[in-house]
Amino acid sequence: MSTIGPAAGGKEPLIIARGLRKEYGDFTAVDGIDFQVNRGDSFGFLGPNGAGKSTTMRIIAATLTRSGGDITILGKDPEVRGPEIRAHLGVVPQQDNLDNSLTVEDNLYVYGRYFGLSKKFIHGKIEELLAFAQLEEKRGVKVEALSGGMKRRLTIARALVSEPEILMLDEPTTGLDPQARHILWDRLFRLKEQGVTLLITTHYMDEAEQLCDRLMVMDKGRIMAEDSPANLIKTYSTKEVLEVRFGSDRNAQFADQLRSMCDRIEVLPDRVLMYSDDCETLLHNVVSKGMQPTTSLVRRSSLEDVFLRLTGRSLVE
Amino acid sequence: MAISDLTRRGSLQIIDVAKILRNGSLYVAEARIRNLLQWKWSIVGEAVANPMFYLLSIGIGIGKIVNSHQSVGVDGVKYLTFLAPALLAATCIQGAVGEATHPVLEGFKWQKGFFAMNATPITGKQIANGVLLAAMTRVTFGCVVYFSALYLFGAVHGLHSLWLIPLTLFAANSFAVLMMGICAAIKNDDLFLNMVQRFLIMPLFLFSGTFYSLSSMPKFLQIIGWASPLWHATEVGRWISYGHHISHGALLFHFSYMAIMTIVGFKVAHHHFVKRLAK
Repeated sequence: MSTIGPAAGGKEPLIIARGLRKEYGDFTAVDGIDFQVNRGDSFGFLGPNGAGKSTTMRIIAATLTRSGGDITILGKDPEVRGPEIRAHLGVVPQQDNLDNSLTVEDNLYVYGRYFGLSKKFIHGKIEELLAFAQLEEKRGVKVEALSGGMKRRLTIARALVSEPEILMLDEPTTGLDPQARHILWDRLFRLKEQGVTLLITTHYMDEAEQLCDRLMVMDKGRIMAEDSPANLIKTYSTKEVLEVRFGSDRNAQFADQLRSMCDRIEVLPDRVLMYSDDCETLLHNVVSKGMQPTTSLVRRSSLEDVFLRLTGRSLVE
Repeated sequence: MAISDLTRRGSLQIIDVAKILRNGSLYVAEARIRNLLQWKWSIVGEAVANPMFYLLSIGIGIGKIVNSHQSVGVDGVKYLTFLAPALLAATCIQGAVGEATHPVLEGFKWQKGFFAMNATPITGKQIANGVLLAAMTRVTFGCVVYFSALYLFGAVHGLHSLWLIPLTLFAANSFAVLMMGICAAIKNDDLFLNMVQRFLIMPLFLFSGTFYSLSSMPKFLQIIGWASPLWHATEVGRWISYGHHISHGALLFHFSYMAIMTIVGFKVAHHHFVKRLAK
């Protein structure tokens, strides 16, 4: 499942984890996971809330100690050399923790100083970052007056002030409206094109598909699968999915009959998902057997289906 | 819209980790001071108005009554002279505690700024040190202004009385660092800060021999004074200011008490800052 070992494809490994564990009392948040992130990767942790993604991110960010296993970031153990590791990370936490009482510009400045960067360097960088985050007109505005999307872009800009080797984004677009999400994805995609190593957690499958070359599907602290988004879909799902609704009572009633007609079905409270490589024909067959759905939809398989297959549950609950 | 890409040499090239390990506390203090400078006029106003109010009302008003009833004033000097070192210490200790504890709430709880700092190479210890350093910078400013006011009002005399400034800052720092550490340790800290203000700072102010010598109080109330850094600062301050009688042993005791409070305070603060950031 994982690609531990000599650098895959000649790429330099930046993060190597083996049997990584984190326990809080009786609760196991991360349950012995292995993974490797190489330079230039755009690596995603996909899973529902509570899957252990953020915990894993905090261990990588050298701000949370592990309970077991081994991990190195840039060849260093975070428990021994935390500050040296953090010097090369750009961290975008799940909740913005900007300084609300300072201006946009001052937030970038102060953060740059924490990396020991010179005033001259930071002032030059601020111009670039404001342009990158499309916040030039807001430079003198206090953070508390910014919209959610702007704050998020500022948090990302802030994380880039030190030109980090690895940019870590924990749920980068949760809580943003669709337009703000697309602007953010565009910014992140640019970074990816520039070769910045990205580490992203998300419970949005579209986000994972857009931004990640490699995905680790997590649930209950374990790795369920790891591959590229396209390969995950190929391995764990069919080409297409037929969604049919018969009304909440009758969905379950037809389940056995539907199951015999295709590779696999999932009965959800409001609809039945039928997996097949040719769903138009499948729909035709369903109707010809006298089962007339109130609505039907043929779509291509997504990571949501992969997740459903692997865990029996939806990503966003 | 044309958007220029970011220039990039990479953190491995541009960041000097050893420098951050050395100067991190200064960076934190710099950020805190930048924050405080937004309120510079109210800080200046408070620094000037505070001694004026106290000196005019208590020092001069009450002093007139006290002096008229006791031919030699208090402790052999005018009431204002007796009061001055205590007022200076009380104001600076209160200011330091406020300035060292309020950012702890903000940093851990309200805005979570400490977690943002800790995502950089900055360590928990450096955050604690930097917050304290910024607090003491502000208090030093207030202390100098207060001392100048005392001087203008004739409450302190001579060059030797300048020693009151480092003494007061030492006392303020000792209590501030301890309270900062306790504040970091306590979960329900909003309530805690209120309690500190009402049931700790106020009684210390009143029962530390500030307005009359501690020995004129009943024994059980004297105990409050003994525990209070304010009393220790006041005793030494009176010795510095006008030669208030004090034995070598007592002097050693006062300094040791404040020194131990400082050391314990730093231990507690460092421990709990690191622990709380790792939660």
